[in-house]
Amino acid sequence: MTVLNRRSLLSLAGASAASMLLPGCSGGGNSGSGTQTVNWWHISNQDPMLTVWASLAKEYESTHLGVKINITPLENEAFKAKLTTVTQAGNPPDIFHSWGGGVLKQQKDAGLVKDITSDTSSWIGTLLPASVGPYQVDGKQYGLPFDLGLVGFWYNKDLFTKAGIAAPPSTWDDFLNAVGRLKASGVAPLALAGADKWPGHYYWAYLAMRVAGLDGLKQAAIDKSFDKPEFVQAGRLLKELVGLQPFQKGFLGVKYDTPDGQAATVGNGTAAMELMGQWAPSVQKSSSNSKTGLGDKLGFFTFPSVKDGKGKATDAFGGGNGFAIGRNAPPAAIDFVKFLLSVENQQKAAVTDSIVPITKGAETALQDPNLKAVSKALGAATGYQLYLDQAYPPAVGQQVNDSVAELIAGKASPEQVTSAITKVAKSQ
Amino acid sequence: MKQNSGPDRLAIGLFLAPALILFMALVLTPIALAAYTSLYKWNGFGLPTEFIGLDNFERLLGDETFIGDLGRGGLLILLSLVLQLPMSLGLALLLNQRLRGRAFYRLLFFAPYVLSEVTTGVLFTMVFSPSRGLFTDVLWLADPDTVLYSLFLVISWKYFGLHMILYLAGRQSIPKELHEAAETDGAGTWETFRHVTLPLLGPTIRITIFLSVIGAIQLFDMVWVLTGGGPVHASEVMAVTMFQYGFRRFEVGYASAISIAIFLISLVFALMYQRYVLKRDLEGAVTSR
Repeated sequence: MTVLNRRSLLSLAGASAASMLLPGCSGGGNSGSGTQTVNWWHISNQDPMLTVWASLAKEYESTHLGVKINITPLENEAFKAKLTTVTQAGNPPDIFHSWGGGVLKQQKDAGLVKDITSDTSSWIGTLLPASVGPYQVDGKQYGLPFDLGLVGFWYNKDLFTKAGIAAPPSTWDDFLNAVGRLKASGVAPLALAGADKWPGHYYWAYLAMRVAGLDGLKQAAIDKSFDKPEFVQAGRLLKELVGLQPFQKGFLGVKYDTPDGQAATVGNGTAAMELMGQWAPSVQKSSSNSKTGLGDKLGFFTFPSVKDGKGKATDAFGGGNGFAIGRNAPPAAIDFVKFLLSVENQQKAAVTDSIVPITKGAETALQDPNLKAVSKALGAATGYQLYLDQAYPPAVGQQVNDSVAELIAGKASPEQVTSAITKVAKSQ
Repeated sequence: MKQNSGPDRLAIGLFLAPALILFMALVLTPIALAAYTSLYKWNGFGLPTEFIGLDNFERLLGDETFIGDLGRGGLLILLSLVLQLPMSLGLALLLNQRLRGRAFYRLLFFAPYVLSEVTTGVLFTMVFSPSRGLFTDVLWLADPDTVLYSLFLVISWKYFGLHMILYLAGRQSIPKELHEAAETDGAGTWETFRHVTLPLLGPTIRITIFLSVIGAIQLFDMVWVLTGGGPVHASEVMAVTMFQYGFRRFEVGYASAISIAIFLISLVFALMYQRYVLKRDLEGAVTSR
């Protein structure tokens, strides 16, 4: 058994103390008239975006003498932990990764992020309206997106053909039917990362959107009451799917992007589809055995409609990536983000197929036909819902993930899911 | 003994100060801070303002996951005491015999302990992988009914070497004459073990039990890397629950309350164990009397 020994505790404490001090020191340069230092934390810690961001920062520095951009690329989980530490000390980075929504609201309530409404009002119109919404709190802008996508089904065309499915299903009944056929053909119909809970919540969230409609979902968040028949019905429909045992063997212990994870299972052709966001093709590629993924065999279809549901089949669910602006950010920080979001620079990122650009006109740079399909579906979306675990306060979002995971594992009923979420929502 | 004079005290104070200041700043202050924030409903941003008294602790007592953590931690401790430690003891006694390649075996069995917890965790996620693992007939980490035992297996694999080395060192410090005397008196192998080896290994055994229990109470890294506490909380332990609330749900006040509970459980156990079990060992080894 391990002892979380004192040495490791001390070094941890020391490291976090140092990380609290460092931004403070470098921030001191901001007041000087000649130079501005911009501390930028992003989570694109892998190529191609790692290099794209670095070269864009270099380019900005070379044309804006006196501005120094300090980039700290962090892994997703490390970023969350590290950000919590520095924000507790009241010293956020000048530009840091944000998914908007509930966490950004908490950061705004604590006065950690800067109101940039007036700084951006002259040019924010160049961005897709659906993309900037998540970075607004009470009508004011505290951050900016650089990417927006949506969640849908990514499927293996060959496996669909083999199972005798002519066209991607457009209704929930068709979908269940397709799952049955795929299973009969001897493949796992769906890949799911049960150990990471967020991929499972996509199913419940989409079903809730289709049954209760976007307005119903919004109202539930305001009333803090999810124990309505519509949400129970969403759970029942999901339970129906779970009853078909559609997921790959051992899915409860599997993570998303590991070599045996959800993405790899689809990328290697062992499972026929996954419900995932716009990054699915690139993660399938990088985690598959061949490192090439499914290539042309990969297709995309949007989440099916539900009979008698209030939601439209064109309502989209997803989220994107963006940057929040820290409260002590120098003017150059906002100007730099504006620079990143110019059509040319968004195209430089889009051409790598790592993001779905949000600056109008930049989408033409996308190469991958699947991402073009995502971009097109976004353009046609009649409404947009941010991921529930981002839109809601973190405690509520995590409860959604936890409860839906229990439902999928057969350990909770649809009613227990809605009452657990409601209970946490009311406590917030 | 002569009473310390003034200058002596000054010297003692000066020499103690650096360590004391570090200890206060890095150990006592965080504990005090956690105790303070555990009385607030606080999301970790800004300063805590919403004082709620002992509500967090009351909530803790009704929290199914936390109560479950106690049960799971208890089971891990029980399995350690019943399986892991006796096995380590057996191996230690075996490797104390004259044996070809004895040094090699000692090295081999100790090797897992040298790996970091995270490395071990990543290694075993591959071994236990449902699609490309070693024994894919068993779901290991993917089944709520087996995950805790799989976790215990990994923990045992990593730590039996440490306990084995401790027992080996304890065994080697038992004077040869005692075993010879027992043999002369006509004691068999079992009787020698039962009445000579085991009692004289007592202090070592009591220390390894202490390490096992404290280790189980503070267990985090391995679980986090292997399972994250899942599926459906089936392998979750106290420190993981604390992390979930602190860094996932941003209920930092409640997470502080969990950390205080972990601290109190460790403290009470450590004090009781020292008071009642280690008392004799702390006063001096049996053999030195």
